[in-house]
Amino acid sequence: MKKRYLIDRSSRSVIFILALASFAVLVAIAVFTLKEALPALQKIGLLDFLLGREWRPTNGQFGILPMILGTVMVTLGAIIFAVPLGVGCAILLAEVAPQRVRLLLRPAVQLLVGVPSVVYGLVGLVLIVPLVRDVGGPGLSLAAGVIVLTAMILPTIISISEDSISAVPRSYREGALALGATDWQTMWRVVLPAARSGIAASIVLAIGRAVGEAMALVMVIGMATAIPLSPLDPARPLAPSIALETSYATGLHRSALFAIGVVLFVLIIIINSIAIMVMRRGGHAQNVR
Amino acid sequence: MPRMSAKSTQKLALACIWGTGVVTFLILLVILGYVLVQGVSDISWSFLTTAPRGGLSGEGGISTVIVCTLYLLGLTMAIVVPLGVGAAIYLSEYAPDSRLTHLIRYGTEVLAGVPSIVFGLFGFALFVTALHLRFSILSGALTLACLLLPTLIRASEEALRAVPRSHREAALALGATKWQTVWRVLLPAALPGIATGVILCIGRGVGETACLFVTMGGTSALPTSLFSGGRTLSMHLLHLVLDTNAFEKALATGVVLIITIVAINAITNWLSQRFRARMAGGA
Amino acid sequence: METKDAKIEARRFSFYYGKRQALKEVNLKVWEHQITALIGPSGCGKSTFLRALNRMNDIIPGARAEGEVMLDSQNVYSPGVDVVELRKKVGMVFQQPNPFPKTIFENVAFGPRVLGMDGKVSLDEVVERSLRSAALWDEVKDVLNKSGLALSGGQQQRLCIARALATDPEVLLMDEPCSALDPQSTLRIEELMEELKERYTIVIVTHNMQQAARASDWTGFLLLGELVEYGKTTELFSRPQDKRTEDYITGRFG
Repeated sequence: MKKRYLIDRSSRSVIFILALASFAVLVAIAVFTLKEALPALQKIGLLDFLLGREWRPTNGQFGILPMILGTVMVTLGAIIFAVPLGVGCAILLAEVAPQRVRLLLRPAVQLLVGVPSVVYGLVGLVLIVPLVRDVGGPGLSLAAGVIVLTAMILPTIISISEDSISAVPRSYREGALALGATDWQTMWRVVLPAARSGIAASIVLAIGRAVGEAMALVMVIGMATAIPLSPLDPARPLAPSIALETSYATGLHRSALFAIGVVLFVLIIIINSIAIMVMRRGGHAQNVR
Repeated sequence: MPRMSAKSTQKLALACIWGTGVVTFLILLVILGYVLVQGVSDISWSFLTTAPRGGLSGEGGISTVIVCTLYLLGLTMAIVVPLGVGAAIYLSEYAPDSRLTHLIRYGTEVLAGVPSIVFGLFGFALFVTALHLRFSILSGALTLACLLLPTLIRASEEALRAVPRSHREAALALGATKWQTVWRVLLPAALPGIATGVILCIGRGVGETACLFVTMGGTSALPTSLFSGGRTLSMHLLHLVLDTNAFEKALATGVVLIITIVAINAITNWLSQRFRARMAGGA
Repeated sequence: METKDAKIEARRFSFYYGKRQALKEVNLKVWEHQITALIGPSGCGKSTFLRALNRMNDIIPGARAEGEVMLDSQNVYSPGVDVVELRKKVGMVFQQPNPFPKTIFENVAFGPRVLGMDGKVSLDEVVERSLRSAALWDEVKDVLNKSGLALSGGQQQRLCIARALATDPEVLLMDEPCSALDPQSTLRIEELMEELKERYTIVIVTHNMQQAARASDWTGFLLLGELVEYGKTTELFSRPQDKRTEDYITGRFG
């Protein structure tokens, strides 16, 4: 009989240790990255680092402004295309499409969410880059990056927005329709506003994914260190830069890469905090399953 | 411009919406279609069973890569499942409703969104360098485990919370201890949900490149121990694209990857169905 | 009737949820092998009292008890008491039928298993005995491997009763056991209670006065945490002593 109580008490300790280990990991990540980045930040100086326009590690120059701009531009470009497409498709799946279409499209979107980034990059390299090259420039460009990134974040926006739209209570719709509103007016004026927080959350999450994407962009965006002046120019966002140089960087160069990592980390924390706040404030009941 | 009537606005809106659906479907078609159509011709038994021979033309197959991928995923899951499920049990059943708990949960949520390249950096600094594990499957697995941990914790905790409170009460009223309640009632009831989370993590691990790229080394030899370097399917695809001109092989590798993802999605869906059915009664 | 022993006695028993006092110095004797009903309007404390008897309230943070609850002349709230042993002796059935998502067999066998009773008597016997006591055996004896959730509402509740009986308790606490059931199932369970009282002591909380009048031997009326009146059911309903009791049972409030 006493064995039961022994098991109960020791299992409590085991669970606690496991949980502690997990959280220790999470804390360690932040601490370690910061520690490795410190030498660079101290030596280069935060402002020179963030606003410097030249990234030439061999010359001792570590300015990441072009990278920051690259990330901002490619993310913005992708969002501009992906949001209307994504929300429109979400509306389609949630309300408009007949059952047969839905049965086809939903698993398709789900599949797209799971496709590895390298596959997106591969298709981008083989299909999109030549297309862009036909328009002008080397092909490996901001434009190619935007197109590939749009395709990558689209499924995220669609699936989460669709959940949100479906979660809006039927009674809202019925109330509007009973007053004589058309389907579209109901959607635009009642349903979408009600699903607003979920849709916003999906957009913020998509931004997070875009900012952090490294591998697919490495393959299509050109990775040249100048500030892109047109969409046909190559660009070099933050995340792909880290991926490219980590394996051979040493000393201050390596520390600078960690500093870029810190910048990304901070960016993501800000973006995700906004997402969490938006989701909580909207009080939407969506469960990401 | 005269104001459009509500009906015409609706027609226009509907057309646009269908347009977005068409575009999305096209994207899917292009990605999957291109890879599958072009790549399938290069898939053969020998492709799957010979080792890559390296070199500019990317000779060989993907046998060692497949082995390495399985090895890595197995090791990663062995690390992340006990830690993740344990932490989820703690958060769901044992943790007091304190500020510390809220902080931990917040931290988990935020970390779920950190890009994998940052995890790669971290893994490089800690496992590869500081702990002297070098470029190895062990470093890769530890790094990947860190990446997947927040996701698994979140999925498992949700599954546990979905078990109705009345089950806990009924078990306690029958004289069960807390651990007996967790082990005999909650975990079995939450198992499909947890399993879904695990499979989802496996799927994500299969597609991961960035964090493994900088911790696993990328050799194409058959791994002999935890400390050998290695290359996963996604890494191999990257290598083929960036370092060789063997695009057909890259596409073939892509096909294998996509098929794996399809299979994983199907299993996840089936498990979700079972989860819902079991909670509602029957089975 | 009064010469039987008091199975449970509450002595000046008060209960607090944090700062809020839910029960005020309740004095009550539950007689052995009798059905005792607790009635009163919502929030009067009857469920709190019931749950205090098997210390299910312990799991609520901020819950605090004062006074004594004697089970067979032992205070269940004294510091050294083994709560798990208490719950073996005092079983509980809840408002919403809540069988585990397991087979019928596993549901009934759960209690004996966790209490380590599965060595002494064969589980098959225990399960059969419990299901018979709950008047469910004939309906499920061939489908013990079916999920407990596949039964109808009334059957699920009888399954929960069987589950509670499997630990061989002395007291059975029932918290509004019929409120989620249809009238026919309700009647069956009331008949069952009448059979069970020969072997067990039953305490039932109900918001349905007719049920209390029909099915119980003793009734206690609680109002705002206070035990206003307690006595034999027939007397309480025909000649209530306290005006508040009279008002409640004639439907003037609640």
